[in-house]
Amino acid sequence: MNAVVQLLNGVAFGLLLFLIASGLSVTFGVMRVLNLTHGAFYALGAYVGYSVIGGGWGFVTAALVALALTAVVGAVEQRVLLWPIRHDELAQVLLTIGLLLAITDIAEWVWGGEPKRVAPPSALSGSVGIGGSAFPSYRLALIGIGVLVVLALYHLMERTKVGALVRAGVDDDELVQLHGFNLRRLFLLVFAAGAGVAGFAGVVGGPVLGAYPEAGYDILTLALVVVVVGGLGSIQGALVGALFVGLVDSYGRAAFPDLAAFSMFVPMIIVLAVRPQGLLAGRA
Amino acid sequence: VNRQRLLALAGLAAALALVLLVGESLPPFRLRLASEILIFGLFALSLDVLLGYTGLPSLGHALYFGTAAYASAVVARDHTDSFLAGLAAGVIVAALVAAVAGLIALRTAGVFFLMITLAFGQLGVAVALRMSSVTGGADGLAGVLKPELPIGGVDLYQPRHFFYFTAVVVAVFVVLAVWLVRSPFGAALKGVRENPERMAALGYNVWAHRYIAFIASAALAGGAGVLLSYHHGFVNPEAIGLTTSAEGMLMVILGGGGTLFGPLLGAAGILVFEDVTRDFADRWRLLLGVTYVLTVLVARRGLVRAVPSAWRWLARTRAGRREASWREAS
Repeated sequence: MNAVVQLLNGVAFGLLLFLIASGLSVTFGVMRVLNLTHGAFYALGAYVGYSVIGGGWGFVTAALVALALTAVVGAVEQRVLLWPIRHDELAQVLLTIGLLLAITDIAEWVWGGEPKRVAPPSALSGSVGIGGSAFPSYRLALIGIGVLVVLALYHLMERTKVGALVRAGVDDDELVQLHGFNLRRLFLLVFAAGAGVAGFAGVVGGPVLGAYPEAGYDILTLALVVVVVGGLGSIQGALVGALFVGLVDSYGRAAFPDLAAFSMFVPMIIVLAVRPQGLLAGRA
Repeated sequence: VNRQRLLALAGLAAALALVLLVGESLPPFRLRLASEILIFGLFALSLDVLLGYTGLPSLGHALYFGTAAYASAVVARDHTDSFLAGLAAGVIVAALVAAVAGLIALRTAGVFFLMITLAFGQLGVAVALRMSSVTGGADGLAGVLKPELPIGGVDLYQPRHFFYFTAVVVAVFVVLAVWLVRSPFGAALKGVRENPERMAALGYNVWAHRYIAFIASAALAGGAGVLLSYHHGFVNPEAIGLTTSAEGMLMVILGGGGTLFGPLLGAAGILVFEDVTRDFADRWRLLLGVTYVLTVLVARRGLVRAVPSAWRWLARTRAGRREASWREAS
């Protein structure tokens, strides 16, 4: 495999990891909720995408439907279940585990235990030649989508009032409230957006990672590794963590194929040993 | 002090009576569930040492439970049918894994600690899936034979014998755990939980207390894991993973953290619930998920505390009424 292909693989996987992990990171940063349901949002998105594409509605519609649906599920979770126990971190974690179990089981109920393949758009199902080796064109498109989402989220966080409030909430939520801003609505918005991006990632990542019952747990693990590496609470941290993990994974798989399953965890352990708060921490 | 000792004796007698009652009255297939309750009860209790007494919310505690189960399974399959050898292997491996993981995980606290212990647990699952020459991969290790005890007439393949055996082993570990949390070291752990800064100012080494508690609770979990592999006759990666860790935490929270005996009660509650729902519903995982949500919303402070606090509330209102009538009369 040549160097360019390996680099592109790493970047594509890294950007997919960013889509998966950014919601978890920002949600935690703003409201201190470690939302373990996050992986289930991905799985739900992937399954819904599979059905919508199977119904002939196309890839883009599938991604948007998955985004909207998981955002609504997230909003309900935040407002109905998490808001009343917002001062008890452990209770919140247990509750989100319960929902992870429940949503995973409902998905298995509806879609069955067999893994489902989320088909990429037909125009992107082939591959392109790069330096003499074939590279799946969908992965190139994934890089494009990832970059667009990074730019959009960056713009949202750094250039809009909502983003400024979110960043202020990460630093000092009481001060935001003292200035008369509605923290309740901000929390709801951030949580729903985080869930929606995870559902969107389910469709966009589906052609690579697939839709299967245990996806909720596997994806949660990936997202955790990324936020541990990158540091919690910021888009930049999630991006740095995701690219770092994606590249280490890509090169690690090539260099030590036997260790493919753990190459993911190696950067995490190194970062934890050296800098336990993550590479770019939002709030220590 | 006398009253406390009396209460402890009464509790011991009640526990013994309960074990005998269960052991003599239940049919064999129910006794299997009873053994499982004791095993998971010990697992939940071991987590309570960390979560309830030291204030460290580990969401990767099944790592120690599961690796001990694997270690004793390897010993039982390939080496010897001696229980003490299997037990020693399990407990030592669990403690060693914790000694390494603790070095890194204890650089953090609170939700970060929870997240990192969870990630370590998932790393353990990845290792168990991958190192199939030792662990049997996704299928796990089957054919773990029950130990031979050097006591005549004991046959651990009989559920009743295995239940009593489990009860004795669990009792030994419970006594160790009680001794640990009642010792001066245990008192210092509570201090570390409530106010680490003050404990540090008083000259206590907060990190060392947490580290020792981390390893001790992993060793206790290891004891439970050893019993698990002998009980089921097999181990698979699920014993290490998030669902098992989360179940342990649910048992602690449901029963009441920082009480040791609450988690035993929590384990009984959850396992009986799972057993009942598994019988008549395919979707018992969905129901279990709902149980998490309900536990959090309704019984967050623990069953063990719910009863005394209801009692206190009653007593208070009664005392209040008496005082009011007394004041009226005067």
